[in-house]
Amino acid sequence: MERVAIIGASMTQFGQREGEWITDLLAEAGIECLGDAGVDADDVEHLYVSNMASGEFEGQTGVPNALAHDLDAMPAYTQRIDQTSSSGGAGIYAAWQSVASGASDMTLLVGGEKMTHKTTGEATDVIASLTHRAEYKTGVTLPSFAGLTARHYLERFDAPRESLAKVASKNHKNGVDNPKAQFQKEVDVETILESPIIADPLRLYDFCPITDGSAALMLCPESVAKEYTDEYVVISGIDGATDTHVVHEREDPTIMGGVVESGKGAYEMSDLGPDDIDVAELHDMFTILEFLQMEGLGFAEHGEAWKLVEEGYTERDTGELPINTSGGLKSKGHPLGASGVAQAVEIYEQLMGEAGPRQVEAETGLCCNVGGFGNCVITTIMEAAQ
Amino acid sequence: MTMDATRYEDGSISYPGHPRGPGGANPAETIDLSEYTAEVITWTTSTATPPGVREPNHLAIVEFDVDGESVRAIGQLTTGDVETGDEVKPVHVDELREPGAGIREPESQDWDGYRFEPV
Ligand SMILES: CC(C)(COP(=O)(O)OP(=O)(O)OC[C@H]1O[C@@H](n2cnc3c(N)ncnc32)[C@H](O)[C@@H]1OP(=O)(O)O)[C@@H](O)C(=O)NCCC(=O)NCCS
Repeated sequence: MERVAIIGASMTQFGQREGEWITDLLAEAGIECLGDAGVDADDVEHLYVSNMASGEFEGQTGVPNALAHDLDAMPAYTQRIDQTSSSGGAGIYAAWQSVASGASDMTLLVGGEKMTHKTTGEATDVIASLTHRAEYKTGVTLPSFAGLTARHYLERFDAPRESLAKVASKNHKNGVDNPKAQFQKEVDVETILESPIIADPLRLYDFCPITDGSAALMLCPESVAKEYTDEYVVISGIDGATDTHVVHEREDPTIMGGVVESGKGAYEMSDLGPDDIDVAELHDMFTILEFLQMEGLGFAEHGEAWKLVEEGYTERDTGELPINTSGGLKSKGHPLGASGVAQAVEIYEQLMGEAGPRQVEAETGLCCNVGGFGNCVITTIMEAAQ
Repeated sequence: MTMDATRYEDGSISYPGHPRGPGGANPAETIDLSEYTAEVITWTTSTATPPGVREPNHLAIVEFDVDGESVRAIGQLTTGDVETGDEVKPVHVDELREPGAGIREPESQDWDGYRFEPV
């Protein structure tokens, strides 16, 4: 099977994009990605849109077709991919499949979400609508699942509360060098520990914000990539997996089965293991999730990720495995459908040597995109083409 | 009023019930968890609550022991004054959140249920 290459990537400014709606954001990222890849819209055969809830947020459905028209990419085949927070990763998987199967020789993937026109309560409710009826009626939100899991983790593994704050502080620091991030400010551990409680024991800075934004990738077979450029990135491993819909039904609340299984699949396909990864973008929607993914993906032993964070193992400039060089969802922001795509945009830029002040030395990168509270997960491994 | 969990043909129990159990078995009977007490596994107090949900919202994941078979449930707490390991009992509430205030279709599910109260 021919390898699937990524030959272009783009990301809009993340944050509050007043007056711009889902179709505007998708078109902005789409046009920029076409330009970055040097591909004509006419040559796009498949066009995928990762988006969780444009109907619920904005009353706008049918966004893939709208995007095809805005980009003048007709008659490209279009499809919308909703896998809640992991819609972006699921979009990468769908785009990869379209190319790997031979169905498309040029696939444009654009992920996006418009959220900030809603109040925090309304946005939280749209997101919480993914829960089971028995969960929804309790008023549980995704941040509350994080509070429940964080308390259990800290108590069970005797981990200090500060270790979670250190994740937030690290990712905020990385975000300072990302001009597209929603927040570009450092936040120290003390400020984090004194910020308002959102879901005890977690506080404001343990959470990603609510965000508008879009990101895009251009995928094609490696033989086609070579017609466009000498430098590109290949997807060497990718897999997706699910865990229970009802979160409390998992045997161990500190293990995300979807992370473990998708990670296994991606490692197997790429013939690589955790030690081969030079840089990773993990879904730090809540600080505790960075620990759970580090452990689920084999970067740390179960219950011990917090120790690596304390040791500085995941720091960008001095750590052995820089995690979330982009600033992560924590400071870059989390426009649901865009986030998984934006993770891959960061890894693409790192592998292409285009990450500017965020640049680390990397030949191989991984991204892990989590939907729901670990309900569905996509892990993707990317390598600089040799 | 009952807090229905499902026992499957292989003896496993889940709350809520599903068409197939964790081991793939068919449902066999329902069990009323409101007759049992449970242990708090973890808890949180949420301050950023959606429309129609009380604020603050105290929530817990608890574990029931039903004749040697454990089954977990999520629910609201009657108080934020709890610790992990506390024993709680379910008490019935007519409306856990206001139907129709949020995005979910009010007719699509029921809204009464149980809060957990320290024993
Ligand atoms: C954490 C959260 C509840 C805060 O919302 P809020 O209390 O309504 O906060 P506001 O929007 O009023 O913002 C208050 C201030 O905090 C800042 N802020 C908001 N969220 C922040 C975050 N996550 N991190 C850092 N700062 C944040 C705002 O910029 C604002 O700063 P300013 O006063 O200087 O302008 C909200 O951002 C949230 O729900 N995040 C999680 C989203 C989520 O669950 N996503 C998807 C999961 S699948």
